[in-house]
Amino acid sequence: MKEPIIYDLGAPGRTGIKMPDPDVPVYDLPAELLRDELDLPEVDEMTVVRHFLRLSQLNHGIDKAFYPLGSCTMKYNPKLNEDMARLPGFLHLHPYQDPSTVQGALELMYELQEWLKEIGGFAGVSLQPAAGAHGEFTGILMMRAYHLDRGDARRTKMLIPDSAHGTNPASTSMSGLTVVELPSDARGNVDLNALREQCDDTVVGLMITNPNTLGLFEEHLVEVIETIHACGGLVYGDGANFNALMGICKPGEMGFDVMHYNLHKTFSTPHGGGGPGSGPVGVSARLVPFLPGPIVGLVEESADEADEEDVPVYGWVMPEKSIGRMKAFHGQFGMHVRALAYMLVHGGEGLRKVSEMAVLNANYLRVLLRDTYHVPYDRINMHEFVAEGRFPDAPDVHALDIAKRLMDFGFHPPTNYFPLIVHEALMIEPTETETKETLDAFAQAMLQIAREARENPDILHSAPHITPVGRLDEVRAAKELVLCCRPVPE
Amino acid sequence: MTYLPHTDADIEAMLKVIGIRRIEDMFADVPEKFRFPALDLPEAISQMEAAWRLEEMSHANLPGGKTAIFLGAGAYNHWSPPVVNHTILRGEFLTAYTPYQPEVSQGTLQAIYEYQSMICALTGMQVSNASHYDGATSLAEAAIMALNVHGLRRKKIVLCAGIHPEYRAVVRTYMQGMGVTITGDEDDSADWDRLIAAVDGDTAMVAAQYPNFFGQVQAIPRLVEAAHEYGALMCVVADPIALGLLKPPGWMGADVVVGEGQSLGIPLSFGGPYLGFFATREEHVRKMAGRLVGETLDTRGETGYVLTLATREQHIRRARATSNICTNQGLMALAACVYMSVMGKHGLRRVAELCYHKAHYAADAIDRVDGYQVDRSKPFFKEFVVQCPKPVAEINDYLLSEYGIIGGYDLERAYPSRVNQMLIAVTEQNTRAEIDDLAQALSEVAK
Repeated sequence: MKEPIIYDLGAPGRTGIKMPDPDVPVYDLPAELLRDELDLPEVDEMTVVRHFLRLSQLNHGIDKAFYPLGSCTMKYNPKLNEDMARLPGFLHLHPYQDPSTVQGALELMYELQEWLKEIGGFAGVSLQPAAGAHGEFTGILMMRAYHLDRGDARRTKMLIPDSAHGTNPASTSMSGLTVVELPSDARGNVDLNALREQCDDTVVGLMITNPNTLGLFEEHLVEVIETIHACGGLVYGDGANFNALMGICKPGEMGFDVMHYNLHKTFSTPHGGGGPGSGPVGVSARLVPFLPGPIVGLVEESADEADEEDVPVYGWVMPEKSIGRMKAFHGQFGMHVRALAYMLVHGGEGLRKVSEMAVLNANYLRVLLRDTYHVPYDRINMHEFVAEGRFPDAPDVHALDIAKRLMDFGFHPPTNYFPLIVHEALMIEPTETETKETLDAFAQAMLQIAREARENPDILHSAPHITPVGRLDEVRAAKELVLCCRPVPE
Repeated sequence: MTYLPHTDADIEAMLKVIGIRRIEDMFADVPEKFRFPALDLPEAISQMEAAWRLEEMSHANLPGGKTAIFLGAGAYNHWSPPVVNHTILRGEFLTAYTPYQPEVSQGTLQAIYEYQSMICALTGMQVSNASHYDGATSLAEAAIMALNVHGLRRKKIVLCAGIHPEYRAVVRTYMQGMGVTITGDEDDSADWDRLIAAVDGDTAMVAAQYPNFFGQVQAIPRLVEAAHEYGALMCVVADPIALGLLKPPGWMGADVVVGEGQSLGIPLSFGGPYLGFFATREEHVRKMAGRLVGETLDTRGETGYVLTLATREQHIRRARATSNICTNQGLMALAACVYMSVMGKHGLRRVAELCYHKAHYAADAIDRVDGYQVDRSKPFFKEFVVQCPKPVAEINDYLLSEYGIIGGYDLERAYPSRVNQMLIAVTEQNTRAEIDDLAQALSEVAK
């Protein structure tokens, strides 16, 4: 099963791609600037193809089987999206081309901004952030800039519930602000009393994930938002769980000041084994001037839409008090194409249906499992739910064992040990693109594993059995630290 | 709906199991006032119609391939072998998540491990992470790492004006809440005397670009010495194709090497997704940001790969993490890994040489045209600066309308004193005929 390292598949002098001889005179290379050695592989093209194909076969992907990884929204990534992002008229555009030569790309970005604004209920959108955490960082910088712009420099405190993704506190620290953690109450909501205690004139705002990481819609959301606004703070929405909310409610209408969207979750762009993602931010009217830019604007409207020659003109616009640029160029454009392709085939109604079916699948699965796996906050959930991966009568079995055993059934495990407020958490998000049959099969596997936990716990402890490698020694990896397969220079 | 498998019978059966009557009943927690808002959005269209719609939008653009491109400035029209695209389209790579479960992610993990090894070889460094969003955010993360290496006691970052202007802008955006001074790039020259004068005991990092934004190769060792004299980290922003030919910064004392990996087989795609690479010395590994893949053994004693040193990261350390980065550019790192494998030791050098020869041919051709002068004050690689007789925008309009050529970058956009200066990029994809046309067109527009 083992695949050698690519370096070990070559031979001196071999090369995969032959480039042509120069069609211009050859110039002298500046000898003193040249390297005398370059330690890259020497392999033929077919060996490269086979190597990476065999590596791919060691992976689990959505295209292969069910991937109920909580908080990650592993829905089907449509093939149409991939083809659209590779249209030559998109693929070979240089980011600095004159706007007159890229009107189609600008129109696409503009249209995506408009869709996101409408779905989220926001007044403005910037497509620049490259991923969810990048969008969070963007949002926090805007909140900070908003207060400073009003001459309010006392605000340095960001309130974050204990159920939040780790990126929330990390992004806050990067912005030079202080994190204050809020506890959750017995029903999995933000503890309102704890919130009120913290609300004063040093609060920048609150970062809230809704539905939260327990998969629950915050029951006092309106009150939470009003409490923050009353003390002069702003409300940040972590849009990681937005797959539950399209057409169900608009965060902007409910009082959120800023939210990032994960195009790689809600809008079906592929996760790629760890990116690229895309994390556009939507904002309320008062934050529009602070958006990172430039963003695409309508420079000249079409006067007569019936006239095919009279088309609108798009261009780059820098928001008036912009926090600046979050990355070079204009964001992950290829992901923008994919997301818009996804939106077009759903339309407004279809997006609502997506959220409804995501919530239906998650509730169905929760009910199939709830009598076997304890669900600590057992009420109607949104697109995901959290169960405990432990049994009182099988104390040696842990969430990790259950996760690994699931691999033997051909399923990717749920997210485990997150959120931190649930013991031995198994966070399950089936997504809407899975059939009832798949959910039933997964539930069957989970029930069988629960039986095994009592009858034959060793089979869980030694799992997985059918994967290319067994459980890996992570302590050894961190201690001996081998990060490179070649001799390391001094 | 296109991607939803539910039949009416499925929905009915599932609602029954849940014990509710209607779909709407699942949303009782949403305040009624806000529940089920109208969405003012178009109706769904079929996949076929969506494809037509997007194809139409793509036709409203003028892409490279249809035209000659001499525009670079941080994004380059290099050739990507088909094997790169075919590999990243494999569903097992494309539709996998970050490899948190190593037993079912060995493909992604080994590929990143190989990528890390190749980036180390290319840059001459000891450790590489799994990627950042792009070259600009790599540089910003290097600056944050430098602050952390100095225990947040130093408060100054010195940036050379020869670094891509948008990268410098991103460093400033990232650091606006950190109380840090960013200096060194106040005037438009990439002169090192000025830069060296700005380095002092409060400097956490000095950064320069290699070749610089103007395409010139500046000798790094002098700058390294100045940085190290004050205990600052030396960061070099490098072009990976140039490193196929030029001495790597790691051999010249750099502490961090970052850059844009787009040139390594990743299409222009209007600016993204690209690839930020990041390599440093082993002593800084615990202060660096991003994912890292390490080798280890499994329960059967076999070699395998895992994400390692996760205690630096946000999902473990939360507010005290080295960075907030989570999703990075995994698939783009895979693309670069395939590119470096299939080009290999000999192919990458060949690409670099082609760029070098063609750029020098273009520079000679343009120098011969009346009214134009190429800046030859330092050696250059695949880009160079031309002093033009007219505003660059005016020249580019002519190139496009008369020859269908996309001209170079107008340096005045980012450097106000560089009036009528065009930055021209030449890659292996520019033919001699294109270059001759460019010179011809430049001569016509000068008249």
